[in-house]
Amino acid sequence: MSTEKHHISTYMSHGAVLVILLSLTALSVGMAELHLGAISVAVALLVASVKGTTVLTYFMHLKYESLFTKIMVAAVFLMYALVIIFLFFDYLFR
Amino acid sequence: MSNSETHPQVSYLEYQGKYKGILGWITSTDHKRIALLYLYCIIIFFFVAAFLGLTMSIEKMRPGQDFMNAQTYNGFFTVHGIIMIFMIVIPGLAAVFGNFALPLLIGARDVAFPRLNLFSWYLYVTGAILAVLSQLLKGGAPDTGWTFYVPYSAGSSTNVIWALTAAFVLGFSSILTGLNFIVTIHRMRAPGMTWFKMPLFPWALYATAWIQVLATPIVGITLLMVIAERVLHIGFFDPALGGDPVLFQHLFWIYSHPAVYIMILPAMGVITEIFPTFSQKPVFGYGAIAISSLAIAFVGYFVWGHHMFTSGISYWSKWFFSFLTFIVAVPSAIKVFNWISTMYGGSIQMRPPLLYAISFVFLFMIGGFTGLFLGALATNVQLHDTTFVVAHFHYIIFGGMGFAFFAGLHYWYPKMFGRMYSDRWAYIAWGFTFVGFNLLYFPQFIIGIQGMPRRYFDYLPQFQWGHFLSGIGAFILVTGLILMAWNLIYHKKRGAIAPANPWKGVTLEWQIASPPPVENFDEIPVIKHNPYWFGTEEEIRREKKS
Repeated sequence: MSTEKHHISTYMSHGAVLVILLSLTALSVGMAELHLGAISVAVALLVASVKGTTVLTYFMHLKYESLFTKIMVAAVFLMYALVIIFLFFDYLFR
Repeated sequence: MSNSETHPQVSYLEYQGKYKGILGWITSTDHKRIALLYLYCIIIFFFVAAFLGLTMSIEKMRPGQDFMNAQTYNGFFTVHGIIMIFMIVIPGLAAVFGNFALPLLIGARDVAFPRLNLFSWYLYVTGAILAVLSQLLKGGAPDTGWTFYVPYSAGSSTNVIWALTAAFVLGFSSILTGLNFIVTIHRMRAPGMTWFKMPLFPWALYATAWIQVLATPIVGITLLMVIAERVLHIGFFDPALGGDPVLFQHLFWIYSHPAVYIMILPAMGVITEIFPTFSQKPVFGYGAIAISSLAIAFVGYFVWGHHMFTSGISYWSKWFFSFLTFIVAVPSAIKVFNWISTMYGGSIQMRPPLLYAISFVFLFMIGGFTGLFLGALATNVQLHDTTFVVAHFHYIIFGGMGFAFFAGLHYWYPKMFGRMYSDRWAYIAWGFTFVGFNLLYFPQFIIGIQGMPRRYFDYLPQFQWGHFLSGIGAFILVTGLILMAWNLIYHKKRGAIAPANPWKGVTLEWQIASPPPVENFDEIPVIKHNPYWFGTEEEIRREKKS
C-alpha cells in the first residue's frame, strides 16, 4: 500500500545478524558435543528460538510492524512452546 | 451474456483471456476458476476413493476371502484413506468454497496473492499425481494405512516413499492456501467491514488457515524424517537405531488431529451461512460462533494425545489429553446450539441446501457424542482400533464434512454456474445418501463395541450381520452420490437460468450477478450493517436510496 513506510536495512545490520546467526549455529554444534543429557534438547530449542526471533525481527522486518502483528507472532511462538512442553510432558512422566 | 443481470462485465465463465479452452482455465488466476479446478479434481478423486470403499464393503459382506486377498485389501484401505484425507477432505471445503466465496463474501476482487493461489493448485495436482503413482508403480500400493505408523512404514517394501512425498507436497499446497487466506482476510475486507461485521464463513476459514499454516509443517518434517530413516537409516523412530516409535505418533497427531479441524471448521462455516439464509433471520449468537471457531482451532491443537491412549504414553499425559478432549467439545456444542437457535422462529424454507445442513448437524452430533466415548480413558481402551472408531470418524468426516460439502455445493451452485438444479432430484439423491450413509456406518458402532477390529480383512461369523448391512448401505450411498452428481452435472448446462439471488440471501455474494463477473464487483461495496442484516422492505429501499 502506498501509505505504508518502507524500511531499508543497512548492510551493517544485515552483516551483524549474519554473524549472530553463524555464532549461534556454532554454539548449537558446541553444545551438542557437551552431551548435556536430558536438557540437550531444551538447549538446542532455546538456541534455535533465538535464531528464529533474530531472523523474524531483522530479515522479516517484524521490528517495524504494528504491536498487533508482534502479538500475533508471539502467540504463535507461545503455541509452539506449549506443543513442545506437552510433548515432553509425556517423556518426563513415562 | 449468460449471467442473470444485464451487467457491464462478462461472467467469469465466459471470460476469454490470453488463452482459450482448457489452457484458459489452467492458467487463470481468477479465484473462482481456481475453485472450480479444485472442485473438478476433488469430485474425480472422490469417486475413485468411494469406489475403493465400496469394493472393500462388498469383500467384507461374507467372512473369508471372496475376490481380493489380504494384501490387496491392505492396499485398498490405505489408498482409500490417502485419497480421501489428503486429496479430498483436507483441501475440500477450504480450497473449493473458500476460493470461490471468500473474496465475494468480504467484498474483494480476488485473493491477496492470485498467482500463489494458482501455484497452490499446481502443487495439489503434483501431489495427487505422486499419490496415484504410489499405487501403480512396481513395489505395490502402500499398505501402512493413511497414518504411516512406524516401525511398519519404515520397513514396508511397498511404495511408502512415494505416498509420503505425495502427502508432503499436498501439505505445501495446503500451507500456501492458508497463508493466502490469512492475508486476504487481514488486508482485503471491504471498507466498513470490521472483524465483527465479517460473515462467519470467512471467520471459519481464518481459523482454518492458521491451523494449515502452523500445523502442516510439523507433519511435513515428520514425513521427511520417515523418508530419512528409510533411505539414510537415521534413527528417529526405530528403537534399534536409537529412535522412539511413539515420537512418530506424537508428531503425526500434532498435525493430524488439528487436520480434523482443517476439515470440519470450513464445513461449520458453510453451514453457518446456510441457516440464516433459509430461516430468513439473522444468525443467532454471531460473536459466539466467530470466537468458537478460534477456540476450536486453538484447543484442537492440544488434544492430539487422545489418539495414543493405548500406545504407552504416560499416565499424566493420558489424563491431560482426555481432559482437553472434553473441553474441545464445548465450542462445537456452542455452534450447534446457535444453528438450532437461528432456525427457531425463522421463516424456514426446506430447500436442498438446508436439508443437507440439517443432516450435517444430526450426523455431526452422532460423530461428536461417540467421540466422547473415545476421549474417555476407560472406554477408549475397549474401543481403540475397532470399527467403532471407523464409524465415529466417518460420522465426523463424511457425515460432517461430506454433508456440509454437499450443502455448500447445492447452496452456491446457482452462483457458480448461473443455473438451477432440480430440487426434486436433489431431494431424492439426499434420501439415498442419508439412508445409505447411516446403514453403512451405524452397524459398525455396534460390532465395534462387540470387538470387531478395524483394518481386518477377515472376521468371526458373529460380525457378519454388521458387515452385510454395511455392504447394503454402501450400495445405497453410492446410488445417492451418482444421482446427486447426475443432477448437478446435467443441469449445469440445461438447468433454468439462476437469478442473482435465488435464496434471498443477504451476504455480498448474492448481491452480484450469477455467475459473478470477472472482477466480482463493479464498485467495492461499503459495509454498514452486520452481515446477516435482514431489513424490512422499507429499510432496504431507504438503504438503496441513500
